[in-house]
Amino acid sequence: MTYHNPPTTPRKSATFDDYTLSEIRRAAQTGIYDIRGAGAKRKLPHFDDLLFLGASMSRYPLEGYRERCSTAVTLGTRYAKKPIELKTPITIAGMSFGALSGNAKEALGRGATLAGTSTTTGDGGMTPEERGHSEKLVYQYLPSRYGMNPDDLRRADAIELVVGQGAKPGGGGMLLGQKISDRVAEMRTLPKGIDQRSSCRHPDWTGPDDLEIKILELREITDWEKPIYIKVGGARPYYDVALAVKAGADVVVVDGMQGGTAATQEVFIEHVGQPTLACIRPAVQALQDLGMHRKVQLIVSGGIRNGADVAKALALGADAVAVGTAALVALGDNDPALEDEYRKLGTTAGAYDDWHEGRDPAGITTQNPELAQRLDPVRAGRRLANYLKVMTLELQTIARAAGHNHVHNLEPEDLCALTLEAAAMARVPLAGTSWIPGQGNF
Amino acid sequence: MRSIDLAKTPLRELNQGLHALKDGTNETEWEVLNPRGQHAIAAGVDAPVNVNIRGAVGYYCAGMNKQATVVVHGSSGPGTAENMMSGQVIVKGDASQYAGATGRGGMLVIEGNASSRCGISMKGIDIIVRGNIGHMSAFMAQTGNLVVLGDAGDALGDSIYEAKLYVRGSVKSLGADCIEKEMRPEHHEALSALLKKAGVDGVKTSEFKRYGSSRKLYNFNIDNADAY
Ligand SMILES: Cc1cc2nc3c(=O)[nH]c(=O)nc-3n(C[C@H](O)[C@H](O)[C@H](O)COP(=O)(O)O)c2cc1C
Repeated sequence: MTYHNPPTTPRKSATFDDYTLSEIRRAAQTGIYDIRGAGAKRKLPHFDDLLFLGASMSRYPLEGYRERCSTAVTLGTRYAKKPIELKTPITIAGMSFGALSGNAKEALGRGATLAGTSTTTGDGGMTPEERGHSEKLVYQYLPSRYGMNPDDLRRADAIELVVGQGAKPGGGGMLLGQKISDRVAEMRTLPKGIDQRSSCRHPDWTGPDDLEIKILELREITDWEKPIYIKVGGARPYYDVALAVKAGADVVVVDGMQGGTAATQEVFIEHVGQPTLACIRPAVQALQDLGMHRKVQLIVSGGIRNGADVAKALALGADAVAVGTAALVALGDNDPALEDEYRKLGTTAGAYDDWHEGRDPAGITTQNPELAQRLDPVRAGRRLANYLKVMTLELQTIARAAGHNHVHNLEPEDLCALTLEAAAMARVPLAGTSWIPGQGNF
Repeated sequence: MRSIDLAKTPLRELNQGLHALKDGTNETEWEVLNPRGQHAIAAGVDAPVNVNIRGAVGYYCAGMNKQATVVVHGSSGPGTAENMMSGQVIVKGDASQYAGATGRGGMLVIEGNASSRCGISMKGIDIIVRGNIGHMSAFMAQTGNLVVLGDAGDALGDSIYEAKLYVRGSVKSLGADCIEKEMRPEHHEALSALLKKAGVDGVKTSEFKRYGSSRKLYNFNIDNADAY
């Protein structure tokens, strides 16, 4: 007592912070690891650590609203007879029916269609509503193969062969019992109410040589019409992209560790995979080394939030991006207007991530009919379209300011970095210097 | 009868021709010569036709088959009839890994042996193997029937859901959550129908044992963590 007189301020540990302590208590009480939705929540080097330089003496800008700055992108030009043409390079990422309600899937299709872009199915198959409301629908080919069939394969506009996801490179899907409704169970051919852990590896191929044959089979079944994407989590982007090209991909999707998920172990989300920012240059480098940059298109995802993020991803060499979490927020996820209900669930708007529990007050990550019908797919679709259009305008604003008449003309030379980490990862100079850490001898 | 010689005709032409067939076509008899281990032969057919393949095939023969009867007069590579929807696929020789993987319907008959992971993730297909099957067969099998007249390798039915496994010979070991189950009258009946459909006679259903899920791992419980 005498040692603390006068008293010192109670001090909490930076190592054992409140969250860490609560997690130890939670684990001790329940005996199960924490499962949650959304992506990595820790602070990571990200697009915010980059800035555009803008036009100046050596480059002239384009007039906003008057001089054209195209955002059109074509995906799947390598082998597919019918490549996908999009009005904007911002696509909707694959999110499963099962993880999301039927209304949410419909809203994603409506929003994407209004904005002239594509949306994607997910682990659990294609629903007629989703196909019906999506002008351009990418059909995922996943390890679980839930609902997989040749008719949907042929109904799709492109096929995305999922090898991994940024939130959990090396992990399979999870859908807990609460969300396995009759319809979800039937689509997945599983008993109702079980905790469903889908496989992490494909059942009928193992390495890139087998994958090449698998892709041949999918092309044969669809008569070489559909673009075939390969999606990988941000693990070893240089080699993963090179091997995807070798296996015959038309498009490669690289999803960094901030990428969202419907349900994954917290330890996986926060500790496996590389940040999105760190994945892009190695991925682009692989394409360039193979002479395939712009021939095999690169889609980047994981933490894309606004037009500036899109512009930065494109400047680093991506052809397009995909959004998951942000699209759900546009539909109404984590809306402060629902604060009372989030409180009842022991959380707060902006932090709600128990998407696996199926109790989403916004009616998005649920299979409960009463909650699901809260989401009006027409209105929510409109909101998503607005959001996608705003991002596209922001992207154009930046591209014009940098003097480009097509968003694909954005380049690393348009950028500088605010931190050493971001400079090294994005391979652009630290602001105010010509120093790119890791390039050359230092 | 249409006869396609893959030594002279590209695979693409064969498959495109098969895909162009509509219900009610009279071009119902097809023969494929010199397959020479090519992959994805007769993949994605959706018409009630007979395809006889004279020789050995590579990966994914008759993949996603619907309605057709495809007979391989030889052995087949990995992923034979993967994700089959309906119809029948018959392999006169042996089949490599993942035969009938994720199959959703129809019947796959393997007259020789099947390698590892036969019936992996099966979702409704019926698979009949006259010989033996390799390790990890029926891994995560969801529904459908796997009938084996010979022996099964290690870890049969690991993490199985509701598929039914009937094995006449020995089982080297069972995988997590897979147990032997009683053969009740309805199982004798179902098995008898499967054997008949596959053209197998001279074996009694009483010679088989049935295996399936003990359903202990359906919902997560920390005390089961050692089982994985
Ligand atoms: C609710 C939800 C469900 C998802 N389901 C799938 C899926 O079925 N298949 C898949 O490949 N990725 C799935 N993902 C990951 C997304 O496709 C995408 O990689 C990720 O959301 C991108 O990162 P972002 O959320 O930061 O935009 C899902 C993501 C979310 C948020």
